[in-house]
Amino acid sequence: MSQETLRIQKISGHAGTVPGEDTQREFKVCKLIDTTTCIGCKACEVACMEWNDLPFGETVFGNTYQTMPETRWNYWNLILFNEHEREDGTLMWLMRKNQCMHCAEPGCLAACPADGAIVQYTNGIVDFQQANCIGCGYCITGCPFDIPKMNPKTNRVFKCTLCTDRVSEGLEPACIKSCPTGCLHFGSKDDMLGLAGRRAKQLRDHSNFPNAGVYDPPGVGGTGVIYVLHDATQPELYGGLPKDPHIPWTVKLWKGPLKWLGNVAMVGGLIGLFVHYLRFGPKAHEEEDIHQGGTKS
Amino acid sequence: MSTSEQIIPHGHVLRYTLKERLTHWAAAVSYIYLLLTGLAFYSPWLFWVAVILGGAPVSRMLHPWAGLIFFGSVWNMYVMWAPQMRHTDIDKQWWKAVRYYSTNQDDKMPPAGRYNAGQKFLFWGFFWNAVALLASGLVLWFPTYIPWNLRVLRYISVLVHPAAALFTIGLFMIHIYMGVFAERGAFGSVIRGDVSLAFAKRYHPGWYKEIVGGASAPRK
Repeated sequence: MSQETLRIQKISGHAGTVPGEDTQREFKVCKLIDTTTCIGCKACEVACMEWNDLPFGETVFGNTYQTMPETRWNYWNLILFNEHEREDGTLMWLMRKNQCMHCAEPGCLAACPADGAIVQYTNGIVDFQQANCIGCGYCITGCPFDIPKMNPKTNRVFKCTLCTDRVSEGLEPACIKSCPTGCLHFGSKDDMLGLAGRRAKQLRDHSNFPNAGVYDPPGVGGTGVIYVLHDATQPELYGGLPKDPHIPWTVKLWKGPLKWLGNVAMVGGLIGLFVHYLRFGPKAHEEEDIHQGGTKS
Repeated sequence: MSTSEQIIPHGHVLRYTLKERLTHWAAAVSYIYLLLTGLAFYSPWLFWVAVILGGAPVSRMLHPWAGLIFFGSVWNMYVMWAPQMRHTDIDKQWWKAVRYYSTNQDDKMPPAGRYNAGQKFLFWGFFWNAVALLASGLVLWFPTYIPWNLRVLRYISVLVHPAAALFTIGLFMIHIYMGVFAERGAFGSVIRGDVSLAFAKRYHPGWYKEIVGGASAPRK
């Protein structure tokens, strides 16, 4: 929900300027998730539900720790487990806390036709405003991370808010607060990138993870949630984290060139028909009309 | 819908049966609603249209249902008219002479039948775009039912739907221009069903010959 202390720099489906654009020099906030020190305890999941007052949903049991297969409209934070067998036969238990990535260039916001249903604050948080949501689900198509989920009863879409309410009051998100291993960090994007880079270097230099690296995909302008991965060359292993996420090109084409082409064609067509009528007027078919010069000119 | 149930003015002839007219208006009313709400979703500058029509969530809810009515009407047109819409040699000549048509020199046009080549193009354009709009529209209607590994369907649909809609808008503008402004008598024909014999003779000489030569030839 909208926070008075946060200003808005991007608005979905909005004609005209954006009130908060260029008004503040607030730094971008960022959540850092170090998958190499996550133990999959799910404390962050519980903290998310507690703080956001979300109901507990039914879980599944399939002899794995994945008791919830995917995020839901009322379950925004989920650890994805993967038992990965390495080339040398050893097992790696990969865990990734999955939630909205808070893209700098959000596909959900680009695809959304409803004025003000999705906003991006000047601190980089992407937030859904359910009061303005029309339930079209275009954000689901725009998102390369499969994050927006629809409440089937109300047709409104929900996702992680990065605890906008807490952050706007100077607190860290609830999930960060709950993490017992310290694998979750919160701060400015610059600070988090520095911390993540140092951790990745440590893994490369001292822990035999030559491919360790930071996940901050440039295809969506970088994200407000970044990961340290043991193997940054294979992000897919971590619960299907896309290697090079982009806003789907069809969404870009639809919201960009197609729109302009359509606008020009529609306005041009109207003007063209009007001018045609001024020049040629209506057709004539009654004998006297034709003979009075309907076909001359 | 036999012609005997309806009084045709002297010197006029029935062009559209009641069934044809009802189908046309079901398509027209649903299309105009789809057009207005669709444009509201298409551009932020036109979002206010949805607000006027009862709010954007309502528009989002009713747009697909109107789409079903529209497609049903178009399908009914297909059933009624598809045989009459076949491309003929005269249509080929008609397209070659289209500049005379667009400059109101209809006496220089090849003799069109009940539908001229332009009307046939309009029909098939609407038909195939309605098919594309239905297919993509169903995907957009139920995005949550499209599994993640079939997401390409959603990616295609968000592009196909507005593109096909824009194509129909082009056809629609020409259709309204011809029917309401350019061809006097055309609008009345889709309301009351009749056109004057002069109208039939001038714009659809092939059809005129058929009806005048046939058993049901109207009084002169």
